Amino acid sequence: MKARVIVTLKDGILDPQGKAIEGALKSLGIDGIDSVRQGKIFEMELATADRTAAAGMLRGACEKLLANQVIENFQVELELL
Amino acid sequence: MNAAIILFPGSNRERDAIRAIEKVTGKKPSLVWHGETALPAGTDLVLLPGGFSYGDYLRCGAIAARAPVMDAVRAHAARGGLVLGICNGFQIMVEAGLLPGVLMRNANLRFVCRMQHLTVERNDTPFTSHYAKGQVIKVAIAHGEGNYEADAETIRRLEGDSRVAFRYSNARGVIGGGANPNGSTNAIAGIYSENFRVLGLMPHPENLIDPLVGGIDGRGLFEGVAGFTRAA
Repeated sequence: MKARVIVTLKDGILDPQGKAIEGALKSLGIDGIDSVRQGKIFEMELATADRTAAAGMLRGACEKLLANQVIENFQVELELL
Repeated sequence: MNAAIILFPGSNRERDAIRAIEKVTGKKPSLVWHGETALPAGTDLVLLPGGFSYGDYLRCGAIAARAPVMDAVRAHAARGGLVLGICNGFQIMVEAGLLPGVLMRNANLRFVCRMQHLTVERNDTPFTSHYAKGQVIKVAIAHGEGNYEADAETIRRLEGDSRVAFRYSNARGVIGGGANPNGSTNAIAGIYSENFRVLGLMPHPENLIDPLVGGIDGRGLFEGVAGFTRAA
């Protein structure tokens, strides 16, 4: 099974990189983007086919390592079979 | 004083730390590889040096903070042992939960590498007894992710308990404003744990111990620690 973990900054956390990207898009003349927040995506191949077990395991992975919960939120997506 | 310096893949300021400790205490610190599960017996001070552990991958300090040796470092801190984290060492400490908050990308997105003035916020801790309260010291900074941030409640608690160790200032001791190199909340350059035995800071006091290389303002910190362990 494939999985995707998305880690984003919590609301209210300053994102200077997102701001810089936002400015760069504007300077390229790409209009209509009000704001940019940058995050991370982890794509994974899982050994298990058990969705419940996979979700629990990935939650643990996020809490232990992939996200710093002081500043980041995470979201786990499992591939639809 | 028995000091142990923890080495991670990508640490690169350990030699400066060895030199500072040796110069002040006359005793060579032991080097402990990150895969170890115990500290040398009788360790007084654990030092997490600067560098780019694991290439700053994922988040600065995140992977090093999960190394086997960090359980031993946490146990040492829980026993009331001294822990000092400098630069990447500070980043590792917040990721390991030894200190609150987080070190984010510098507000102006630039890596800063220069001399910087700091104010010593209090001088009644194991680390700062050789400074005067409010003293302005000049040390080196070199980091891209030194912007100290924490939620409002944590900042209130740190300030309320006077756990800010150093703040960025100008040469006259005026804190913050243009003297804040990275956008840190309240110009925070370093913080203590609740028992003041654990200190994390972004600047490099270990580089300022010899007049030959720009000053000796960092020496007081190591003299303070050495004095504290002698008295203990």
